[in-house]
Amino acid sequence: MTTYYTKDHEYVRVEGDTGIVGITDYAQSQLGDVVFVELPEVGKAVKAGGEAAVVESVKAASDVYAPVSGEVVAVNDGLPDSPATINEDPEGQGWFMKIRLADKGELAGLMDEAAYKAMIGA
Amino acid sequence: MARGARMVPFAGYSMPVQYKDGILTEHLWTRAHAGLFDVSHMGQCFVHSDSWEKTAAALEALVPADILNLKPGQQRYSQLLGADGGILDDLMITRSAYDGHEGWAYLVVNAGCKDADYTHIAAHLPAGVSLRVEADLALIALQGPEAVDVIAGLVPGIRTVPFMTYHAAQLDGVWLHISRSGYTGEDGVEISIPAKDVAAFCDRLLADPRVRPIGLGARDSLRLEAGLCLYGHDIDTTTSPIEADLKWSIQKRRREQGGFPGAERIRRELAAGPARLRVGLLPEGRQPAREGAEIMADGRRIGVVTSGGFGPSVNGPVAMGYVETAFAAAGTSVTLIVRGKELPARIAPMPFVPHRYFR
Repeated sequence: MTTYYTKDHEYVRVEGDTGIVGITDYAQSQLGDVVFVELPEVGKAVKAGGEAAVVESVKAASDVYAPVSGEVVAVNDGLPDSPATINEDPEGQGWFMKIRLADKGELAGLMDEAAYKAMIGA
Repeated sequence: MARGARMVPFAGYSMPVQYKDGILTEHLWTRAHAGLFDVSHMGQCFVHSDSWEKTAAALEALVPADILNLKPGQQRYSQLLGADGGILDDLMITRSAYDGHEGWAYLVVNAGCKDADYTHIAAHLPAGVSLRVEADLALIALQGPEAVDVIAGLVPGIRTVPFMTYHAAQLDGVWLHISRSGYTGEDGVEISIPAKDVAAFCDRLLADPRVRPIGLGARDSLRLEAGLCLYGHDIDTTTSPIEADLKWSIQKRRREQGGFPGAERIRRELAAGPARLRVGLLPEGRQPAREGAEIMADGRRIGVVTSGGFGPSVNGPVAMGYVETAFAAAGTSVTLIVRGKELPARIAPMPFVPHRYFR
């Protein structure tokens, strides 16, 4: 199980041929209190770098981009009713969707944890 | 940054958008206890002459409110109007109650407009009436149901001062001009204080467990729920006070007599109704509709959202904007275009959260 990161602050935690996608703790801290989330339909095909979800805080709306290409095989159904979970546990209970990876080779273009931490200055 | 503040540039100032608690918590804290806001970026000035009649007449040539009938210490909301009746800025005007300052009015204007306001005011004052800009005064606001209790612990006289009236005080040698007013819909005060004394005074307030510092983010969500306009968004040089649903701020004598810039347009809009009106909007569901979202009805565009977001006390999205007057009645169904998608909403009365002013 390895987690990869994008420069737009999404993470993808790879388990077998599935990637669990969400936004990082840094992203939620920058957004502030999340009040709305819109998830894609299960079965939707997403492209790496393409819009996959919407997250809105009191301050602003933000697109969430798919870190990898593939089919959305599950979404976190409870999230729209408790968007604060994204602030409380972004990389655990606050996951957005699971994507069946179309091309594991795309992962090589993402950052590992050390590179991501270096980028955000953590 | 002190107290966990996250700073953003605003009107040429570096301002705290939020402190460590975040906007949601800061907002709810203010509605339940007392929130402290630093609004020193706003413009404070005096217009003065040797008599109230002269000062009031000079101001009435610039704003549509009745200034002449203000009682000493009384404050009124108004707008600086352009010749076409568009709003150059909105402001607070207070009649001084200080001995020897009978001909003085105290004005608070918006940060983003203040330089233009001062130029405009100075250019229109008649001989014998002067503008004095105060650069060395800070302005803070303490808002919420416990705000007056907190201030009354230092200045007991504030307790009985009604909404839109000021109270002058000395606290350990520090001059305070305390007005019972604010921008949140809650009871509370705005305090003008010499800039050199403000930090120590704020520390003293923040030592009270009922008081927390509140940033610009919650200031915006609080005023939005209270249905109050933000200049440059909900009102600007293209909107008249009548379109902006600020008719209440133009007193009877001025409506009848005119004598202010744009009086003809305002009289016409009062008689026939304006073509568009500022209204409240409640989107269905949880998604906020923000500034710029188009408002549709009957398959066409009938208006635009000028402020919108999530209302923490409403616990849902709230917005305001302008619609064609035929669609302005509360309860009217409309559609908002939010991020390319249609979002059902209805016209709603404002404020979204009841005002709790002390009258």
